[in-house]
Amino acid sequence: MRVTVRLFARLRDLAGAAELIRDVPPGSTVGRVWTDLAGEFPALAPYGRSVSAAVNADYTRMDRAVADGDEVAFLPPVSGG
Amino acid sequence: MPVALLAVGADAIDVGALAAALTGAAPGSGPSDGALVTFLGVVRDHNQGRRVEHLEYEAYEPLALRVFERIVTEAAGRWPSARLALHHRVGRLAIGETSVAVVAASPHRAEAFAACRYGIERLKQIAPIWKREFFEGGDVWIEGAVADPDDETAREEAYRRACA
Repeated sequence: MRVTVRLFARLRDLAGAAELIRDVPPGSTVGRVWTDLAGEFPALAPYGRSVSAAVNADYTRMDRAVADGDEVAFLPPVSGG
Repeated sequence: MPVALLAVGADAIDVGALAAALTGAAPGSGPSDGALVTFLGVVRDHNQGRRVEHLEYEAYEPLALRVFERIVTEAAGRWPSARLALHHRVGRLAIGETSVAVVAASPHRAEAFAACRYGIERLKQIAPIWKREFFEGGDVWIEGAVADPDDETAREEAYRRACA
């Protein structure tokens, strides 16, 4: 199963990529995608408690299952305004 | 062509056009609006003791627009007579430029003030937008609120501030 991971702001800088294509096992959750990513890029790990997630441009919880082709976005704390 | 009521983009914000679009947006609106409240967020030259040179804003635009729609719906639930418009800029902004505009229209001022304040408070809580501050000697991503639109405590805090 293949998902597109999108990273924003400092998460993007830390990973060195705005977009990544990753294969995940069937039944994987958003949280699993994050855990794999934090394993690949340990600099992301400290964001484990403050990261927000979205699937296909809609906020979601970490326990949501992802589907093939989903766009999974991880968002650091926001600072608009 | 009237400007969109909700927008995230690189173009400068035209507050007059936004207000005109808002007061002309609904049947029967305009003449019935006795109050129009505008909040503008402006890039200031200092932050946390640093001299700021400029800011760069980034957004997850499709989600930001959905969040703006959500804020409009929430505000309409609290203040049914009020309507909101929200614009936020992305890209490089110089000191003194407007980064965000929240405009509220209502028959009476109390609802317009409250809806406007609620709009900016919620935007800062949950809109997927980030600012990078460039100051003398470096730059830093600013990280504020953990974005969780279902956090009732945050929503109540925004409501409390709106009614303060």
